[in-house]
Amino acid sequence: MENIDWAEIGQATLDTLAMLGGSMILTIILGLPLGVILFLTGKGQMLENRLANGVLSLLVNILRSVPFVILLIVMIPLTVVLVGTSLGVAGAIPPLVAGAAPFFARLVETALREVDKGVIEASFAMGAKRRQVVLGALLPEALPGLVAAATVTAVALVSYTAMAGVVGAGGLGDLAIRFGYQRFQTDVMVVTVVLMLVLVQVLQMIGDTVVRKVSHK
Amino acid sequence: MQRSPSHRTFDVIAFEAVSKTYSAGGRPALSEVSLSVQAGQVFGVIGASGAGKSTLIRLINGLETPTGGKVVVDGDDVAALGVEGLRALRRRVGMIFQHFNLLSGKTVAQNISFPLRLAGRPASEIKARTAELLERVGLSEHAGKFPAQLSGGQKQRVGIARALATNPKVLLCDEATSALDPETTEQILALISGLNRELGLTIVLITHEMDVVRRVCDRVAVLEAGRVVEEGAVEDVFLHPASDTARRFVREADGEVSAAGVDGRLVRLTFRGEATYKPVLGEVARATGVDYSILGGRIHRLRETPYGQLTLALTGGDVAAAIARFKDAGVRVEDLAAGEGA
Repeated sequence: MENIDWAEIGQATLDTLAMLGGSMILTIILGLPLGVILFLTGKGQMLENRLANGVLSLLVNILRSVPFVILLIVMIPLTVVLVGTSLGVAGAIPPLVAGAAPFFARLVETALREVDKGVIEASFAMGAKRRQVVLGALLPEALPGLVAAATVTAVALVSYTAMAGVVGAGGLGDLAIRFGYQRFQTDVMVVTVVLMLVLVQVLQMIGDTVVRKVSHK
Repeated sequence: MQRSPSHRTFDVIAFEAVSKTYSAGGRPALSEVSLSVQAGQVFGVIGASGAGKSTLIRLINGLETPTGGKVVVDGDDVAALGVEGLRALRRRVGMIFQHFNLLSGKTVAQNISFPLRLAGRPASEIKARTAELLERVGLSEHAGKFPAQLSGGQKQRVGIARALATNPKVLLCDEATSALDPETTEQILALISGLNRELGLTIVLITHEMDVVRRVCDRVAVLEAGRVVEEGAVEDVFLHPASDTARRFVREADGEVSAAGVDGRLVRLTFRGEATYKPVLGEVARATGVDYSILGGRIHRLRETPYGQLTLALTGGDVAAAIARFKDAGVRVEDLAAGEGA
C-alpha cells in the first residue's frame, strides 16, 4: 500500500459524492417531468399526442444510444458554455445529467405504466382534474417504482462519474485512471474500486429500504 | 315500485337512441340504446361480457362519450357539459368498480376522503364526513389500514364509502360483486339495497349474474351485442322472459326443466306474493280429480316479493277446469304444450 495517499483518496471520494449528488438532483428535476410527459403523451393516455411523444422519444433514444465516454467528449463545448469549464466536479455535471436524465425518464415512464388504469379511471370518476389525477393518484401510486428507478439511476451515475475521470473530472475514477492504470499502482486501483463498490452497495440498500417503506401492495 | 303521488317521479338518467362505436367502421359497442331510470330506482343492466355493459355505464358519468344520440343525467346533456360541468356532475354520480380501484398507497380514511380533497372541501368537514362514512360502511376500526390489508368485501366497502363522500344522487355499480365470494356478495348487495332505501339513492348496476338483479333491482334491461333486447320490471323479465338472452340468464340462475318423455298437459304456474304460500295445488287436485307431477320449480324472493314457479304435467280428471281454478286463485298459467321448451 506504498502508493496510497489517503488525503487524496478522501478528496477524490468527496468529489465523487459531489458529482453524484449534484447530477442526481438535476437528473430528477429534468428526468421526472420528461418521463411523466413521455407517459402522458403516449398512446391511449390522457394527453395522447403522437408528435410530441415521437419527438421526445427520439431525443431520449439519441441521448441513450450515445456511449457515455463519447457523450463526455462531444459535450465539452456545451459544458463550457453552461458552467464555464469542462474540468472538475462542475465540468462533469452537465454530461452526467445529459447521460442519466433520459435513462431516468424512461424508467419513470415504465413505472407509471405499471399503475393500475382502474385507479386513474376511478379518480376521473370522482371528479378529479387532470393535474389532480397526475399529482394525487398517478405519481403517489407509482412511488415505489419511482424510488426504484432513482436507485438504479444513482448506481448508473456512480459508474458514469468514474468514466468522467477520462476528461479530467476528478473523483475516484480519475484517481483510478491516473494512478491505478497509467502508473500501474495496483493498490490505488484496488482501493478506489472497493470504495465505489461500497458506495453502490450503500445506495442500493438505501433505495431498497425506501421502496419497502413506501410500498403498501 | 308504487310511489305516493306526492313524490314526483322523474327520469334521473335518460338514454335517447345512444350509440357508441370505438373505431370508425368497427362494430358498435352500443346501438340505438334508449332507457330511462327514475329517481330512487335500482336499475340493472344484464348482459354477457362484450355486450356493451361497461360502455353503457361509463356513458352516464362521461368516462365515455356517445358517437350518436344523447345521454341526459340529472337534467344535463352529458356530452354538452364543459370540463367544470362534467366534474360537477361526477360529484353527483358516485361509482364503484369490480376491482375496487382503491389507491394502494393511501389508507382507508385517505381513500374515502380523496373525493372531498379533490373538491377542495375544508379540512374540518373532510374529517367529520370521513368518520361518518367509515361508520356507515362499518370500517371505523380499519381507518388507518392500507387496502392490501383488507378482505375483498372490506375493499368494496371502502369503494362504496368513497363513492358516497360527495353525497351523490346516483350510484353506478360496475360489476361491483363479480370479484367477491357468494357470502360477501350478499353483504355488499344488502348494503347497496340499504343505501337505496335509506338515502333514496338512484342506482344503476351492471352485472352478468341474474341473481344480483333478482336480489336488488326494480327494473332490468337485457343487453345483447350492444342492443337492449328486453326491458321491464324485474318480476316480469325474471318470471316471463321474452327474449332468448333473458331466458338464458334466468335458466343460469335456476337450472333447466326437462320435460322429455312426460305424458299429460304441460303447464307452468307462476305464484306471486301471498298466493305463493296458499295450498292451491292440493285444493285444485282434490276438486277436479287431476293428477300432477312436478317437473321443475323454484320458490324464491324477488327483492321483498315471494314467488314460486312450477312446471307441471297434468293428467286425468278435468284438466281444463283445473286450469280455470288455478287462474281463479290468482296463479298465472302458461301452456307449454305449444312447444316452448320451458
